[in-house]
Amino acid sequence: MKIQSLDPRVNRLALDAANPYENEVLQKEEHFQTYQVFHQKKRGDKHVCVGIVHAPSDEMALVFAKEQYARRGETTNLWVVNTKNVLAMDYDDADVFSTTSEKLYRDPAGFKVNDKIEAYKKSRIDV
Amino acid sequence: MYGGGYIHNDDARKEPMQQDDPVMLAEFEARIARGEKIEPRDWMPQAYRKQLVRMIEQHAHSEIIGALPEGTWITRAPGFRRKLALMAKVQDEVGHAQLLYSAAETLGKSREDMINDLINGKSKYSNVFNYPAKTWADVAVIGFLIDAAAIVNQVANSKGSYGPYCRALERICYEESFHLKQGHSVFVYLATGTPVQRQMVQEALNRWWKPIMHFFGPSDTMSQHTEQLMRWKVKMATNDDMRQQFLTMYVPKILELGLTIPDQELKKNPETGKWQFGDPDWNEFFEVIKGNGPCNSERIAVRKAAERNGAWVRAALRKADEHYTIPLA
Repeated sequence: MKIQSLDPRVNRLALDAANPYENEVLQKEEHFQTYQVFHQKKRGDKHVCVGIVHAPSDEMALVFAKEQYARRGETTNLWVVNTKNVLAMDYDDADVFSTTSEKLYRDPAGFKVNDKIEAYKKSRIDV
Repeated sequence: MYGGGYIHNDDARKEPMQQDDPVMLAEFEARIARGEKIEPRDWMPQAYRKQLVRMIEQHAHSEIIGALPEGTWITRAPGFRRKLALMAKVQDEVGHAQLLYSAAETLGKSREDMINDLINGKSKYSNVFNYPAKTWADVAVIGFLIDAAAIVNQVANSKGSYGPYCRALERICYEESFHLKQGHSVFVYLATGTPVQRQMVQEALNRWWKPIMHFFGPSDTMSQHTEQLMRWKVKMATNDDMRQQFLTMYVPKILELGLTIPDQELKKNPETGKWQFGDPDWNEFFEVIKGNGPCNSERIAVRKAAERNGAWVRAALRKADEHYTIPLA
């Protein structure tokens, strides 16, 4: 017996109504590799990682990225990068990023000269 | 769309869980209590990983199956504008499934395994999509009220603790706002139209009210399980609280159009501020979840045909020397 649906597209498929839960197994990796997608909204903006797509090749990844991440709003450019090519740090190693007050020499606030300038100007007037 | 009614699976309790390292567990809970997100390669309790995979996977399946009842009317939408909008919405739902499958993959379950579990009946999806969309007015009710209910659920979950799920949900909620508006528009056009159109939308509302009340799932306030999931910010509100929030927001929008809600006991208790409602027949809910709803077999058969009919294309495109990498985020 065929499935009778309210959807004419489903009726055209002429699907068998019997045993819908038979075990149909997708093979491992059948749904391809993953790509990280980078989206640039406007010229001049940064590309931002917005998510992933599964795709069989770099070119198809761009096609799917457009479908998935450029349906709405403004897009001016997309990049895709195969996830295997991204070298990422571990969150467990996040302590390497913690800065201490000793790093003031890397900070604009670490270089204060106004006192010197004012003192110098004052000494000139006194002369 | 989707995805409420967190359904607890009793099977999960039967499987032995190894004890989590208490020091790691304490650090994990402290991180969540500080409002920090958990990211894919962080340490996490086994139960956290398991419940999240389950929940995100159910959500993804609901998006992809949810496209079917609405898609029923694409070929016969009344006019090009309605047809374009419905096609765009259905495409969004499938896109949402892709985003959610990706989020679930970061926890270690492959997409193939998730789809296999869906088409062999092992994984669940939202009960509402096992009902037929009998008329165009059913599309209005789904687009307006089911999407509204889904948004209540998704906005809550987007504040959860798992980074990839939150990021997927933020994007989804942004896109859903158009779905809700287009659903409301179709609903209002019918409700303010001819007597025949009004009758159509009233009848669709009568058909869908029970499934809508089921949507958030049975009462779960008392469960110890819920307490843990809420502490871990896997679940952000109880099923009851989300149902109450939905009723408060949307009952007035139905009544202002002069339509009737098919539950005579439905009213807001002026003292408690809570909605009271008649028993929405939870037996029916559990039957539908078990696979005995009016459209369960059709939905699964269609989904399976899609995988089967696409297999040769995937095989032709696949490169045997390229291998899958778990997404980063």
